[in-house]
Amino acid sequence: MADEHNMRRVTAIKNGTVIDHIPSGQALKVLELLSLSGDTSVPVSLVMNVPSKKMGSKDIIKVEDRELTQSELDRLALVAPDSSIAIIRAYSVAEKLNVNLGDEVRNVVRCTFSNCITQNPREPLAHRLRVTKTDPLTLRCHYCQRPQDLDELIHNLL
Amino acid sequence: MKGLITMDDLTNEDIHSILADAERLLPIARGEAYLPLLQGKILGNLFFEPSTRTRMSFETAMKRLGGDVVNLGDVKTSSVVKGETLFDTIQMVDGYTDIIAMRHPRQGAARYAQDAARVPILNGGDGAGHHPTQTMLDLFTIQQSHGTLEGLTVILAGDLRYGRTVHSLSHALVRFGCRLIFASPELLRMPAEIVEDLREHGADVTETEDLLGNINQADVVYMTRIQKERFADEDEYAKVAGAYKLHARDLDNAKSEMVILHPLPRVDEIHPSVDSTRHARYFEQAFNGVVARMALLCRLLNIEVPTEIAGGDA
Ligand SMILES: Nc1ncnc2c1ncn2[C@@H]1O[C@H](COP(=O)(O)OP(=O)(O)OP(=O)(O)O)[C@@H](O)[C@H]1O
Ligand SMILES: [Mg+2]
Ligand SMILES: [Zn+2]
Repeated sequence: MADEHNMRRVTAIKNGTVIDHIPSGQALKVLELLSLSGDTSVPVSLVMNVPSKKMGSKDIIKVEDRELTQSELDRLALVAPDSSIAIIRAYSVAEKLNVNLGDEVRNVVRCTFSNCITQNPREPLAHRLRVTKTDPLTLRCHYCQRPQDLDELIHNLL
Repeated sequence: MKGLITMDDLTNEDIHSILADAERLLPIARGEAYLPLLQGKILGNLFFEPSTRTRMSFETAMKRLGGDVVNLGDVKTSSVVKGETLFDTIQMVDGYTDIIAMRHPRQGAARYAQDAARVPILNGGDGAGHHPTQTMLDLFTIQQSHGTLEGLTVILAGDLRYGRTVHSLSHALVRFGCRLIFASPELLRMPAEIVEDLREHGADVTETEDLLGNINQADVVYMTRIQKERFADEDEYAKVAGAYKLHARDLDNAKSEMVILHPLPRVDEIHPSVDSTRHARYFEQAFNGVVARMALLCRLLNIEVPTEIAGGDA
């Protein structure tokens, strides 16, 4: 019944997107990844550190009047790969989506290595990190092949 | 395989067959026979960083096989200085040539160039990253000396931290089941992630600061240059670097078939007294850069190297 209780922490939304099962404490990073942290036109509700049967404790984000696309959601792979997403229409769940990690994280973050070719902002290149392992998530730059430190990487959002 | 960016682009089988091609091309590299396999082909030499050996040996390889070469020229006077992106430079040279050899100060540059190019790219060094054509000539020299690449004990000595040649070479040697001994000052150790990577691939790797005490075990000693700039001051350098210098008298207990390699240029890490010992192999190694690159150029241009080469008695 944890979900019903959490539901009540924030009001139901009419239309929009719910991102559930975000690891506790990561909601702000998720907003940043979705470029919602500086956007003052979209109503967003946050619930952080609430009990969850599945994960002990979790964060939830509700974005009103905006249906996030699969490719926007795939950006969450770095911080919330196991989150579950619901598209809400007329107060009920119209679609359920998941984050696709795939085998590459493309144009989400810049490689952390200071002498990588990707550091030249003038080169018209795609920022590509290869997923070499999923659990724990392990990424290597497509270009310089350096393994990436996830904590450092999160500061390199594009 | 489109280009050669890292040694991962080659299987062990590819390596064996390219080394066999190189062996057959020896008389041509020596100028004893002429075989214009690459007639009508143009190599673009794109060296964004200074290079003597790599650039010249590519050029020699191409010309010995009847091909032609165009050069980027001095980076300081070319379009690069006007701020042209690597992408644009590659677009241009891609249209002028059939294959490109490149060196660039930034790591990953060769992969990026290959993504953007229609023609094959041969990575001649990208920052501290990879230098696979050097690895191929190193492997050729080792195989020439020992008749095999399998199961040898190889000491890599000196600057293992910044030296890209030792990184590519270590990975390759591990694929052939070699035992590796890394002998370096603490400050210049092989990067931990590389050691980890090698061990994950089942490698038998030892790290030590003692070069001379391990020489008796080695089939190959691969020396590298320690640069003064890596150290806080001259005294520190002098104190540390001395232990990674070879003199002929240090080789008394070496196995008789042990060979010493060095990617050159050397400064004083190999004393001239070593040159006349049976172990010195670094000048042959430099010459082998030509055959190894001839074989790679043929492979990437899909030109078959004939099984019988006239005048050839390799
Ligand atoms: N109208 C709404 N407004 C706001 N949040 C909603 C609305 N409808 C559903 N949700 C929330 O969307 C998420 C998904 O809804 P759903 O009813 O599918 O939940 P669920 O039973 O938790 O699904 P699951 O079994 O996948 O966890 C839940 O977090 C739920 O609280
Ligand atoms: Mg639920
Ligand atoms: Zn990189």
